[in-house]
Amino acid sequence: MTAMVATQPLVTVSGTAIAMEGDDIDTDRIIPARHLKSLTFDALGTFVFEGDRQNAKAAGAVHPFDAPEHAGASVLVAGENFGCGSSREHAPQALHRWGIRAIAAVSFGEIFRGNSATIGLPCVLLTPEAAAEARAAITAAPAAEVTVDLETKRLRVAEHSWPVEINEALRRRFVSGTWDSLSTLAEGTQDAADLSRRLPYLNGWQAA
Amino acid sequence: MAATLYSKVFDQHVVRELGEDQYQLFIGLHLIHEATSAQAFAMLRERGLKVAYPDRNVATVDHIIPTDDTSRPFADAQSEAMLSALEQNTGSFGLRFLSPERRENGVVHVIGAERGLTQPGLTIVCGDSHTATHGAFGALAFGIGTSQVRDVLATQSVIVNRLKVRRIEITGELAPGVSAKDVILYVIHRLGPKAGVGYAYEFGGPVVDAMSMDERMTVCNMVVEGGALVGYCNPDDTTFAYLHGRPSAPQGEEWDRAVAWWRSLASDPDAEYDDRVVFDGGEISPMVTWGVNLGQSVPVDGRVPGPAADAAGEAALADARTFMGVEAGQPVAGIGIDVAFLGSCTNGRLSDFVEVAEALRRSGTRVAEGVRALAVPGSQEVRAQLVERGLDKVFEAAGFEFRQPGCSMCIAMNQDRLNDGETAASSSNRNFKGRQGSPTGRTLIMSPLSVAAAAVRGAVADPREVFGISG
Repeated sequence: MTAMVATQPLVTVSGTAIAMEGDDIDTDRIIPARHLKSLTFDALGTFVFEGDRQNAKAAGAVHPFDAPEHAGASVLVAGENFGCGSSREHAPQALHRWGIRAIAAVSFGEIFRGNSATIGLPCVLLTPEAAAEARAAITAAPAAEVTVDLETKRLRVAEHSWPVEINEALRRRFVSGTWDSLSTLAEGTQDAADLSRRLPYLNGWQAA
Repeated sequence: MAATLYSKVFDQHVVRELGEDQYQLFIGLHLIHEATSAQAFAMLRERGLKVAYPDRNVATVDHIIPTDDTSRPFADAQSEAMLSALEQNTGSFGLRFLSPERRENGVVHVIGAERGLTQPGLTIVCGDSHTATHGAFGALAFGIGTSQVRDVLATQSVIVNRLKVRRIEITGELAPGVSAKDVILYVIHRLGPKAGVGYAYEFGGPVVDAMSMDERMTVCNMVVEGGALVGYCNPDDTTFAYLHGRPSAPQGEEWDRAVAWWRSLASDPDAEYDDRVVFDGGEISPMVTWGVNLGQSVPVDGRVPGPAADAAGEAALADARTFMGVEAGQPVAGIGIDVAFLGSCTNGRLSDFVEVAEALRRSGTRVAEGVRALAVPGSQEVRAQLVERGLDKVFEAAGFEFRQPGCSMCIAMNQDRLNDGETAASSSNRNFKGRQGSPTGRTLIMSPLSVAAAAVRGAVADPREVFGISG
């Protein structure tokens, strides 16, 4: 039994950033369902935002994930309800495998945020004003160094910075390198067994 | 102390508090399908782990399965590989597999209820966001990702945050021709696609109380399109009558004890909610989406909105209008369609097809020339019952292809998909860009009856007018 695995501490993520405009960017856009037909996550990075990128190209525009100045970016800054829709872990997997190591947004789809946590991709919350300012700063200076700092709970773009929010228990697990969810859950194995004996549908419908 | 169903069920399943509002939650039922599980089983193998509670895990195949020729091996090699992997994984880990070979398969959220696996008071997860469907029974049900599927297989638990609860009451009664689908589209339209972030939605009031379980499942199914992870209805006599006698439901004395527990879980009359909204059911018309999220809908006699008062709002509307090829102020009725899709975990149940078949038969209408129309039952059981009633013939006579069960064109992971530039009238749940298989395909979400009306006219139309339904 090797339920417990060590994970790397995630304290700061630094690099260039991509600013995405618009709310409600759904997981079908992040990774179209045709790429869920693979038995591994390995190749997903190539296909991130595939449909949007194709449509942009057809319209003579350049999608942020195709823009030369964003090649190698490691931070994504977005608006409200980023990653809404389907539960596919393929969405954060595709972003992560493309190179994104932290996402800051006004809000996230619940399942997307949970999935990102399980693969070590921190999602932090910004106020709407901070998200607008940060995106404007990134757009004005695409080469600027951007940092998501989980120690000080700040997003920095060059000399500017804004506070970010993240669940405190999750933040501690990231910073201490104990964010493997299965390791955490395995510590509760005996408690789960005890609880299961009290659940009516597992004990012959005796009262709870 | 007065409490909501959400709190009662949540509290009874807390294994451990992990601090700062994070909890290890025990999972009563884990539903598995092929599209989000292969990597989870691989991760279990990597760590040399077994499935902790094999009896609480049930699998089927739905996302990739063809709905025409289902003989093995499938024509599509990737689909065949996915099903083979699921067969091997469920076999080697000792899990129950509801298989196409034994005609037990179907859309996972349709068969869970059909078999009585879905019960009040359970925590239910599945690697699929529409797991919320099962909340119709008073279960706490939500979608998870593949690493969490691994976690549940290994520990029968997941890490979650506690949600706030918004009570949504639908008062009065629905007008004829207005369905449960229209109710949830209306709710999402009124509240918006992100109002539910951080919330569970509890549905109640006279309209919901009067709904069948099929209808309640349609409502709870789509809460995720409103931003909510969980949606539920309180269990009542309708719930118990549906479950009684189903294969996996408790029996005999156990049934009585189960019902007593289930009743105790309903939200107390004086329970406090984090938010409460009330809508008049009589105000709801058949709804149609015109855009690229589920908040972008209007009544069938409405018009495509715009311009919005603020620049950011107008940018979002304009982006959606451009993608959908519609103009501000254009009536939605009359938007042409190429494909009509009946089915999915939202509207792939027996009552959905019966309602449409009756309307088609009564009106003697047929699918318009040039429209490709698919009727895809949600399960083998739904399909068998339709055939037994002779309704497969009604669909075929009206010009629908009557198919084998699966997710089909809701997600377009099998061969059923839109061609570039096509528009679908669909009874499924998502109108996202590219959702139905083509990056330039367009989706109009509506009720099954409205899909049938659009199929008949070749364009969006009011089902009450097409099928002569009046109050």
